[in-house]
Amino acid sequence: MNTLSVKDLHVKINESHILQGVTFEVPEHSVTALLGRNGVGKSTTLKAILGLYPSEGSIELNGQSLSGKLTYKIAQAGIAYVPEDREIFASLTVRENLLLATRNESNLQRQQMVNELFPELVSRSAQRAGTLSGGQQQMVAIARALVNKNEILLIDEPTKGLAPKLVTEVADALGRVAGETTMLLVEQNLPLVKRIAQHIIVMDQGRIVFQGSPEFLHDGEWVHTMLGVSGGHK
Amino acid sequence: MDTFMLIGITGIGLGALYFLVASGLSLIYGLMGVLNFAHGSFLTVGAFVGLWFSTQVVHVSNTWTFIAAMIVGGLASGLFALIVERVVITRLYERHIDQALVTVGISLVVGAVLAGWFGNDLRLLPTPPWFINTVSIGSAHIPVDRFLYIAVALILLIANTALLRYSRIGLVIRAGVENRQMVAALGINVRLAFSAVFFLGGFAAGIGGVLVSAYSNGVSPLIAGTYLIYGFIVVVIGGMGSVPGSFLAAMVIGVIKQYANYYSPGLGDFVVVFLLAGVLLLRPQGLLGKVKP
Repeated sequence: MNTLSVKDLHVKINESHILQGVTFEVPEHSVTALLGRNGVGKSTTLKAILGLYPSEGSIELNGQSLSGKLTYKIAQAGIAYVPEDREIFASLTVRENLLLATRNESNLQRQQMVNELFPELVSRSAQRAGTLSGGQQQMVAIARALVNKNEILLIDEPTKGLAPKLVTEVADALGRVAGETTMLLVEQNLPLVKRIAQHIIVMDQGRIVFQGSPEFLHDGEWVHTMLGVSGGHK
Repeated sequence: MDTFMLIGITGIGLGALYFLVASGLSLIYGLMGVLNFAHGSFLTVGAFVGLWFSTQVVHVSNTWTFIAAMIVGGLASGLFALIVERVVITRLYERHIDQALVTVGISLVVGAVLAGWFGNDLRLLPTPPWFINTVSIGSAHIPVDRFLYIAVALILLIANTALLRYSRIGLVIRAGVENRQMVAALGINVRLAFSAVFFLGGFAAGIGGVLVSAYSNGVSPLIAGTYLIYGFIVVVIGGMGSVPGSFLAAMVIGVIKQYANYYSPGLGDFVVVFLLAGVLLLRPQGLLGKVKP
């Protein structure tokens, strides 16, 4: 069964036709990676799903239409989002960031899971999030998306701009979450995609140009053709 | 020295009135980016409802009547602000020019309706008998009402700060000031927080309207004009969205204006505008405002 179903999604921003009929599905309890060169519309797709950009087409979560709904209603329906630039609330403490995101404070199991995933955040709970390092801020952004039981996690380039050691930490955390959460992951880090994704979707110029198994990522020529990067290095 | 103290405390009292107008403006602009020129009409509505309550509902001039008039005026103003936000502003988010035009229009309409109904003459707002008393500090005799304005402003500052710091709605508001879209992406109806801010801003302005009327010895549809302009100046100097910043700026402006006017009548407004220009040039984010990334 598919958790998320996107059909013929179009997004126009300032006369630019960014998404041109994007159609794909995200199966439940799996990680689907959305790949492609910079500027092909991956982040826009996530934002359109969340209602942050006006769009045309059909978006369904577990068979329920999300089209035309306000962003907060879409999030309440069970979509968590980790944006590309983290967008944590810098003036709030770590605890306040997590508290703000928590829809059900009695869900101690989720809070415990987050604490176990990111023990560093527990010790920094009173620290202003804006004073954290980039890696710690990313942990807050991911933790914020995990404190509620959601149907799907949309996560946009979680390892972007992080030092290699932190990339490993974030990748480990996502690897642990991947087993129990449906995830739509936008990521340029192919080793991470190979490690946790069961499906890949490749976009180019606002369209889906490939959907299939991550096995293709082991083919260096295919990777170079489709993604414009060297498969061996990424 | 007595005169120095008298002017200083009167200036703080005046600053307290500016703060009552500015606190709502600051939150409304800081959270929603709404340039609300109708804020003065919130103050006027509060003043007239307070007058109606004091003269038509209760016919006794005492402390409790005055406090009740402040609360009723504040609630009426808050409700009016909520209606303005729900009916008009909610359709104009991100459309700043339209916001300015529409809120100026609301302000003009409210002023015209009240002027047509009541006329532009000052109508006396009943105040408690002790309002005319003075308190001796050293050999200075300070009008006692100044302390009431200061006390109400302090209560509002503390209540605002506590609400923002310790309540769920305060958390949403603080987060919303930083990033509205992300708050919505967390499943939070940030528009409800917007409405709450409008209500709170209107409530403070309504209380301010009753106190400004007491300070000005009466209520009139024109009462808000100067206070709204000073409210905006306070918000800019204090820092958009910073309630403590507004409080500090209001006090500084009130005191400087009073001293300037004492030593050179009419100089007060010039000094305040000069101060505004200085802050905009040297610290554009205001005294306690944060630089937006």
